[in-house]
Amino acid sequence: MGLEEKQWIKIQIRDGFIAGSPIVLGYLPIAIAYGVLAKQAGMSLMELTGMSLLVYAGAAQFMGAGMIGLGVSALEIIIATFVLNFRHFVMSLSFINQIKHYALKWKFALSLGLTDETFSVSSIYKKQVDQAYGYFFYGTIMLTSYLSWVFGSFLGGVLGDIIPQNLSQSMGVALYAMFIGLLIPSIRKYQRIAIISITAMLINYLVSPYVGQGWGIVVGTIVGALIGIFVLEEDKL
Amino acid sequence: MIWVIIIGMAIVTVIPRIIPAFIVDLIQFPDWMNKWLQAIPYAALGALIFPGIMTVVPEKPYIGVIAGVVAIALSWLRIHVILVVLSAILTVFLLTI
Repeated sequence: MGLEEKQWIKIQIRDGFIAGSPIVLGYLPIAIAYGVLAKQAGMSLMELTGMSLLVYAGAAQFMGAGMIGLGVSALEIIIATFVLNFRHFVMSLSFINQIKHYALKWKFALSLGLTDETFSVSSIYKKQVDQAYGYFFYGTIMLTSYLSWVFGSFLGGVLGDIIPQNLSQSMGVALYAMFIGLLIPSIRKYQRIAIISITAMLINYLVSPYVGQGWGIVVGTIVGALIGIFVLEEDKL
Repeated sequence: MIWVIIIGMAIVTVIPRIIPAFIVDLIQFPDWMNKWLQAIPYAALGALIFPGIMTVVPEKPYIGVIAGVVAIALSWLRIHVILVVLSAILTVFLLTI
């Protein structure tokens, strides 16, 4: 491997770390809160950390831990998880299309790390797709996010309720603020994007009371993006 | 029993995530569909922000909205996303003490 190649890999990893740092900042408090809640629901430290290692889906884990605490049956919890996480199918389809020419092993590895947050960050950074070793950029985002989620869960299980409640509640806004921080620069560059996002918001708001939170996001995303076919001009994205 | 639940949850979470990795190669999407897939990040961001942001302080939905407006204003001024996140946290913290 030549020096220049090593240099590129280093740059991609560094940039991936910088791009992923807001996710880490958002994940830690939420993962800690999950750990605390799962402990209170009667899960052991190994079980609650294992859930983060294997499932790696925030909202579903909160729901799962809550349902375990209530003594709900395994089948019901698993079906509810599927419904809630089906939105990742749509996101994955979009992200994999973005990295279409990567080797299958990279597509496979990166898709394992897809969450709302890693998808949002990765799909806003498009120029890395065509750069040398761009998969290291996306891989770093996925891996740091994953590790911070698992570590945060473990910490939450250990620390219990040392953190004051209103501080952990305040940190709950972190991921929403990050989503806003990702969206606004794109809208600033190309205002028609706002039509897509606002449509998705309104549809999610209108349908989620009837179909639930997970499907609300799925329907909002699908329909909002369909509007994009009509309002976006070619090659502006 | 909890491990059965965890493994079941893991399977139903990972399947929708990885299926696209295997099918995107097999299908040639028409233009409109590529456009749709490119618009998905912006639609997803919208759906993820609202109405979820109103549940930050569940009994006081306006607090999440105020923090959201702060985040929008700062992002519009090209403030770095880390500072946007920290400012939103501070806003909620100050409104709940």
